[in-house]
Amino acid sequence: MDLFLHQVLAGVATGSIYACLALAIVMIYQTINHLNFAQGEMAMFSTFIAWQLMQWGAPYWLAFAGTAAFSFAAGITIERVLFRPIHNAPVLSHVVVFIALFAILNSLAGFIWDYNVKSFPTPFGSRSLFGDGLMSSHDAGMMGVTLAMLVLVYVFFRHTRIGLAMRAAAANPQSARLSGIRVGWMIALGWGMAAAIGAVAGVMIAPVVFLDPNMMNSILVYGFAGAVVGGLTSPGGAVLGGFAVGVIENLAGTFIPYVGRELKLTIALFIIVVVLTVKPSGLFGRTVVTRV
Amino acid sequence: MAAMLLETVGLCAFYGATQVLFGLDLKVAEGGVTTLLGANGAGKTTTLRAVSGMVHTTGDIRFRGQSLAGRATEDIARLGIAHVPQGRGTFVSQTVEENLQIGAMSRRDRAGISADIERAYGYFPRLKERRKQQAGTLSGGEQQMLALARALMLRPKLMLLDEPSFGLAPLIVRELFAILRTLNRAEKVSMLLVEQNASLALDLADRAYLIETGQLVMTGAAHDLRTDENVRRAYLGY
Amino acid sequence: MKQPLKSDLMQAPAGTVAGLSIKTWSRAAVIAGVFLALLLPLAIKDFLVFQLTLALIYAVAILGLNLLTGFNGQFSLGHSAFYGIGAYTAAILMDQADVAYYWTLPAAGAACFIVGFLFGLPALRLEGLYLALATFALAIAMPQLLKSTPLEPWTGGVQGIVILKPDAPFGLPLNSDQWLYYFTILTAALMYAGAVNLARSRTGRAIMAIRDNPIAASAMGVDVALYKSLTFGVSALYTGVAGALGAIAVQFVAPDSFTFNLAIALFVGLVIGGVGSIPGTLLGGLFILFVPNIAEEVSKGLAQAVYGVILIAVIYLMPSGAAGFIRLIVGRIARSWT
Repeated sequence: MDLFLHQVLAGVATGSIYACLALAIVMIYQTINHLNFAQGEMAMFSTFIAWQLMQWGAPYWLAFAGTAAFSFAAGITIERVLFRPIHNAPVLSHVVVFIALFAILNSLAGFIWDYNVKSFPTPFGSRSLFGDGLMSSHDAGMMGVTLAMLVLVYVFFRHTRIGLAMRAAAANPQSARLSGIRVGWMIALGWGMAAAIGAVAGVMIAPVVFLDPNMMNSILVYGFAGAVVGGLTSPGGAVLGGFAVGVIENLAGTFIPYVGRELKLTIALFIIVVVLTVKPSGLFGRTVVTRV
Repeated sequence: MAAMLLETVGLCAFYGATQVLFGLDLKVAEGGVTTLLGANGAGKTTTLRAVSGMVHTTGDIRFRGQSLAGRATEDIARLGIAHVPQGRGTFVSQTVEENLQIGAMSRRDRAGISADIERAYGYFPRLKERRKQQAGTLSGGEQQMLALARALMLRPKLMLLDEPSFGLAPLIVRELFAILRTLNRAEKVSMLLVEQNASLALDLADRAYLIETGQLVMTGAAHDLRTDENVRRAYLGY
Repeated sequence: MKQPLKSDLMQAPAGTVAGLSIKTWSRAAVIAGVFLALLLPLAIKDFLVFQLTLALIYAVAILGLNLLTGFNGQFSLGHSAFYGIGAYTAAILMDQADVAYYWTLPAAGAACFIVGFLFGLPALRLEGLYLALATFALAIAMPQLLKSTPLEPWTGGVQGIVILKPDAPFGLPLNSDQWLYYFTILTAALMYAGAVNLARSRTGRAIMAIRDNPIAASAMGVDVALYKSLTFGVSALYTGVAGALGAIAVQFVAPDSFTFNLAIALFVGLVIGGVGSIPGTLLGGLFILFVPNIAEEVSKGLAQAVYGVILIAVIYLMPSGAAGFIRLIVGRIARSWT
């Protein structure tokens, strides 16, 4: 029982990484009803920029803020420049552009900063909490930041005019236009916000997994899984989903004999797929009833 | 003579390579109600969508003297044209009150918006009862009222109404049209009304157009069309 | 986003050019293409023959994906798994059971059909992105399963399995590359004929009806669940046979050849060729084989970035894929001719 609780706790700690990224993924999904496959790479690229700023002497929080602001602007730009011209194209063509963006960012990052693993600082220190080294002060800080972002996102969408405009634009773009909402800019704003959240996620994750162009690859998988399990319509669900995925992965690795460690990811994904078979729109997703 | 609020000259509309409107000349006078009648598929909805910039068009569309050609739908709405689309266009996941707030999104005057929300509730008390309710759970008639109220939040000069009576019980429709009449007289909102219910439409309107397969086949004062032999047989059923 | 009726992509546009109907021109083009394909190996280097064989194999794999996504509307990011299963089936049968290479194809097809059908049964409850995640899980799982310790006696673990390319039969004056090329063409011809037949049949129409409007299809008596699972199975079968051919062509299977990157490549090939277009898959196969190489020629260090830029450029130019684009151009030529 002791081991179980320990592993749950450790899972929550790793889960906060996935929760962070899952939040960015759901943000974009809520805005444009597509999954952004390049989300991880955008976050990775932003993290490199933060690293570079610090290499040039900027203090941590200045680099943090600067990176978030830059990512926000970059997200808007990418949407307006790259995706706006094809907004009438079929969905699957959009996915190919996402894939292209992924390839470009990954390759560029490797080219500019090389593939050697770099360390990345944390503002939360790395003291070990609860003894046993299962959760560090950085993990706790990361969870705090994730939850803070979640609260900000919630407040933004529920209690601001522009948040309502964004929700309207995503829910029914045609009707939103007829009400005078500039749907195109709402989508761009969603991209900007998702990019900024992704940047924060990357900066929080990098101290744990170390910085290199491929750092996000496996995390992205878990992030998507967390977002989908939580139900793509709910930011809160995404965060919970991220934590859940972390816990499941850890428990699978520890308690399933023999192959547990080798097939950790497979088992985690398998369990998620089972969840989806039982609840096709995710644990917290809302099933929209469509009249025939 | 009243100035023309909306005027189309030689309006043609296309869905891809297919032409569906063939040179329409329509007018809506300031303060007037113009109705566009016709059978299913005649091009009535397309005409409204053309005014709102939702389809590819050639020809001229002028609103208060300004050309609407090439403008985005949201910009046309901001000029003061409120389009109540076929199917209501309700934001089903949002509450009734949020729907109204969305309608006012292009405005900045907070006090004015709050006042207008209360005024909308005045016209549609049933909506006030359900202000915190999810809009998707409203009945058809209530959703139509919500769509109207949402359009009003724009403080429009012109309302484009696409088959407001569609799928509604006769009693509700009567109520709706009474409200439309009030809106036209009291709030000075001009209307371009597309309807299949020719009788009610001709009662409300002062001017009428008849459209068949993308072309205008008849135009005149609503009263004249109402008594016209052919119109009676084809559209009024007697 | 409005899209053209997908069945439109199956038919040639109406009209005439230089007095002959476009249909006649298409038929002539196909015949010319077949002639070219049959004579090519005799005129070009062996390595290019090998590459073209591989491109055709990818085309068949993409055709499998097309049956599922293009014709049935089910999104799959996991077809690398079926390709891998087909490949390993062929390799294991040839390496450990001494089965002749031509028997491995139906075996791979059957194995993948079963796996695909079984996967499709629960998966049919999932829509869009949720299905994408489930298939994605399959793609990620495959290399890990192939590497795992319990399966090592069969799969050879991380090392994989080495097999030999067959020689031409009946003492024909062809080397093994050339023979495999003709063998692939024969197999591909059969499979393409099957796909065209399926698309034109009642079953094919039912499958497409499910894509366009599942509720209406169901209301008209189509057993949506059965058809969706069967389509999954058939789709897996096609990609599995391609995988088997691929294993024989490359003479080697290893877990890291069948990762998610392959699933992405197949998907890209599908979209570039044209979703829902059978001839488009040939273009897709050529694209995913040759364009990454071209990208590397342009810049070694930024190869992936160049590839990404090319992808974006192609999508901008042809948002609905090559097949739709070619139709558009041909249609324009016909209109300007009359």
